[in-house]
Amino acid sequence: MESFKHIQTAHCENGVTVSLLKHNGVEFMTEPLAFGLGSGLFYIHIPFMKVNNGPAISFRTMPGAIFKRTCKSLDIKVERKKFKSKIEAQSFLNEKLSEGIPVGCQVGVFHLNYFPKAYRFHFNAHNLIVFGQEDGKYLISDPVMETTTTLFPEELEKVRFAQGALAPKGQLYFPKTISDISDERLRNAINKGIKRNCRDMLHIPGGIAGVKGINYTANKIRGWRDKLGERQAALYLGQIVRMQEEIGTGGGGFRFLYAAFLDEASEILGNDKLLNISDQFTKSGDLWRDSALQMSGIFKGRLTSQKDYDNCASLLNEISNVEKEAFKQLSKIVIK
Amino acid sequence: MKKSDLPQDKSDLVNFTREVCYVKNENGKYEAELSSGWDVKTDALNSAWLDIENRITEAKNLFISGEASPIQYYMELKLMDFTVLAGYTGFWKWQINKHKNPESFNRLNDGKLQKYADAFGVTLMELKKPSF
Repeated sequence: MESFKHIQTAHCENGVTVSLLKHNGVEFMTEPLAFGLGSGLFYIHIPFMKVNNGPAISFRTMPGAIFKRTCKSLDIKVERKKFKSKIEAQSFLNEKLSEGIPVGCQVGVFHLNYFPKAYRFHFNAHNLIVFGQEDGKYLISDPVMETTTTLFPEELEKVRFAQGALAPKGQLYFPKTISDISDERLRNAINKGIKRNCRDMLHIPGGIAGVKGINYTANKIRGWRDKLGERQAALYLGQIVRMQEEIGTGGGGFRFLYAAFLDEASEILGNDKLLNISDQFTKSGDLWRDSALQMSGIFKGRLTSQKDYDNCASLLNEISNVEKEAFKQLSKIVIK
Repeated sequence: MKKSDLPQDKSDLVNFTREVCYVKNENGKYEAELSSGWDVKTDALNSAWLDIENRITEAKNLFISGEASPIQYYMELKLMDFTVLAGYTGFWKWQINKHKNPESFNRLNDGKLQKYADAFGVTLMELKKPSF
């Protein structure tokens, strides 16, 4: 078996994608590229739903989509399996490992013992790679970690069968067959990834997702102080900041990661215009960081007036405009 | 974000990992750089935990005053919502809601109580009489 190489990335699913593809000979794969091919950038604020007693907001596309889309666009066949039985889930994993195949697993974070306690919520869309067995333990490559780690079989079983929203049900996945990837296929894949991302951010129906979704949140923020009271409203803002900046986004709610992707794409496609658009996403990421700073003033209790909430909301409106303009220009460029 | 602006603040990630952030280097190119944390995020995380502590205390007081069963307390302590607890116990959400009531809780047999105890990772004794 070719030895497995651990790669640290900002986001877990990007990391699993990059590591598994590189392991299978797709040497050129990088985190920004995987994120862009998978059209990873998104925004959604789901109304009437709560996560950890706060608003349900996401800055990226749905779990599993990045691996799936990136592989598909490069014509890589993927095997993905869920299990009802814990025993079957383990024996299938063992079988793949004995064949020398590192496997991506969806897991819950709450029982993931090597995580710091402060980060252990019931979040079930974390991803890691199991790449072998040694001394009765599984060898784990968790992309957010600087080095590899290990889990006992019962520990791994617990996180693979975590319960709650997005319960992993033992889900595992790995690339099956990879043919040679031509330059042309890569260029087409980049174009497709960008187009799909433009569509998701500009044209998704309804007002809660894409660039319109950011304005939806802005409007909500204007009303939170009166509606929820200062304590609850501040907690809600804290939740936005955590979803945006917490370990795994690469900063600025994945916006810097997307800017990095456009940098790479401009080189591969030989198109300088993409560099200019990359700068616009850098600006958006910087504005997201500014808004986090402003929000932190509120949840630290330093800022308390309605005007401070309005300032956060205005920043979000500005971000929405910046991203709208950037994606509009982007959609014109990629159409050949 | 410029590489020179990347915060290197202390955070709960210490001794665990540093996280990858994407920043612009001196030549205007993007690169991955490690950060030990950012105070803004740490404050957000701390305020979330402060709220959790408050909720646990409230649930504890409701149990002591006899207004709620230990289910409520342990749900807050273990950060569980109805979906999570229903998944681990096999009970329906409305049943769990009912079991939050002390009268209904006291009528449960040990078999059913054991399901809750397992889900919360405590013994049957600890479930019936939480030690604070």
